[in-house]
Amino acid sequence: MELVCPAGTPAALRAAVEAGAQTVYCGFADETNARNFPGLNFDRDEMAAGVAFAHGRGAKVLVAINTFPHAGAEPLWHRAIADAETAGADAVILADIGLLAHAAEHHPGLRRHLSVQAAAANPDVINFYAEAFGVKRVVLPRVLTVDEIAAINREIDVETEVFVFGGLCVMAEGRCSLSSYATGQSPNMNGVCSPASHVAYAEESGGLTARLGGFTIHRTAKGQPAPYPTLCKGCFTSGDQTGHVFEDPVSLDATQLIPALARAGVTALKIEGRQRSRAYVAEVARSFRAAIEAQAAGRPMPKAALAKLSEGQAATTGAYAKTWR
Amino acid sequence: MDLTVGPNLFFWEAATVRAFYEGLTTAPVARVVLGEVVCSKRLPFWQNEIAQAADTLLSAGKAVAITSLALVTLKRERKATAALAEIGLPIEVNDLTALQSLPKGQPFWVGPLINVYNEGTLRWLAARGAVRVCLPPELPLDSIAVLARLGRDLGVSVEVWGHGRLPLAISGRCYHARLHDHAKDSCQFVCGLDPDGRDVETLDGQKFLAVNGVQTLSQSTASMAFQIEALREAGVTSLRMSPQSADFAQICVAYAARIAGTLTAADLAASLIAKVPGGRLSDGFVRGPSGAHWSGTATIGNHHGL
Repeated sequence: MELVCPAGTPAALRAAVEAGAQTVYCGFADETNARNFPGLNFDRDEMAAGVAFAHGRGAKVLVAINTFPHAGAEPLWHRAIADAETAGADAVILADIGLLAHAAEHHPGLRRHLSVQAAAANPDVINFYAEAFGVKRVVLPRVLTVDEIAAINREIDVETEVFVFGGLCVMAEGRCSLSSYATGQSPNMNGVCSPASHVAYAEESGGLTARLGGFTIHRTAKGQPAPYPTLCKGCFTSGDQTGHVFEDPVSLDATQLIPALARAGVTALKIEGRQRSRAYVAEVARSFRAAIEAQAAGRPMPKAALAKLSEGQAATTGAYAKTWR
Repeated sequence: MDLTVGPNLFFWEAATVRAFYEGLTTAPVARVVLGEVVCSKRLPFWQNEIAQAADTLLSAGKAVAITSLALVTLKRERKATAALAEIGLPIEVNDLTALQSLPKGQPFWVGPLINVYNEGTLRWLAARGAVRVCLPPELPLDSIAVLARLGRDLGVSVEVWGHGRLPLAISGRCYHARLHDHAKDSCQFVCGLDPDGRDVETLDGQKFLAVNGVQTLSQSTASMAFQIEALREAGVTSLRMSPQSADFAQICVAYAARIAGTLTAADLAASLIAKVPGGRLSDGFVRGPSGAHWSGTATIGNHHGL
């Protein structure tokens, strides 16, 4: 299977390739990609250099242009596609149907992948994207079980890529405006979720309170590690219950499921985390490359080697196991 | 500008559904979208009401469409989505899965859960047969204006979320079941206990969200009470009215009066605060710093809880 690693910076791209990533994905430094964080991403020269570096070592580069263009501002997104092609990118990762139509018409030679932000969750809609826009690979949403992924692969002709490590969206991706409800900034429109610009911490009697856009997301006792206040991982009250209504502050680790995902017909395994450091990306890439080689050789999967890298120090296999629902 | 009643997002008893749609026959609404958009498991309990409601509403002179499910993963959900084309009503597409089985050239509507953010997407959908599009609630006024103008050129009616708790997210996981310590597959239909969703507050008691099965809603009811002129100026042709359990037909009457100019924005807002679940309003997605923001008066704004 192909290992697809994140790169938020040129240094992370080089580190990922050197650590064994067969493919790296990255984006331009603006609202055209879903990790539009301060200090991250690539300018045009860096993209061309990154692609040349990867190609020189037999690796591929995918450019994520996976937010939804603003009405009246489509040229920014169209330019990103043209510049990705000029830089020599192996594919673009798109979510918006207007953008897919534009790429298919104006850049027919540039391979198109469907972003997880399109949340294509069944064979019919995947075949729709394949037939309408010539999509060659689909990044599956994190709402599916391994059995469902296997069933999808039996009914489609395009490749599938699934997330195996990193942040975990519990909502159907690309169809969530929780962040903009609280902050005005959303993944779809701005490429950010629960942005740091809207986070405030306060020492209060009960401990450290984290607020997002003024809404309290969680409170941790003194001396306890405080997870980042991502809205859907917050602690809330409903009726007589207080707790993590949507999801605990855990991250995804599907290492143990790699053999099952291979049997399910998955082409590529994806690591989330373009906002992560070069050292993190290198360690995760090395570890997953080893796991993929173990899988290919029929050896058991390495156990929890990456636990210390997981957000909130706890990991889940998420929707891949049906009990999660 | 007229009113479209969106599909009921909640799980109500069949008899409640019947009474609700009978109550709309005399309401000042131009069209109604029927069907289940949130969870396929609910459908067997009330699907017999759909044909009856369609007949009743069509006889009363309303246009009627049927929605697709918002998140289609199971085989029976795919079958149900494909079968929508055989019903004989226009389909409101709320997941692009529905397009795969829709004959080319057959006109359809596009619901608020489809990501129509820009001209390219609207143009593509119009070429495929879209004749009516309810924009995603997240869109700000300047985007709405660009798309409404283009819609007019393309012959597509452009609608915006006018009233109702905002559909903020949908998941593979059922939060209602989770709150009752049930798995999704043995949910015991606990979402039916909360006819307007189950309220979720922050640890500081701020009114924040509402859980509706696999869907997450805003706890505030979005209202375009103060935005009618701006939306009309932008070229919006309809407001989407999302059902709530109490006083819904009267609420439609009040919006119609507001559109006709016989009720002020402040009077509409004041009457809504007494009628919407939890008594809180918002309009910040259209014109504000965040979706939860409300541009009403200071007194009303205090309900914001911030």
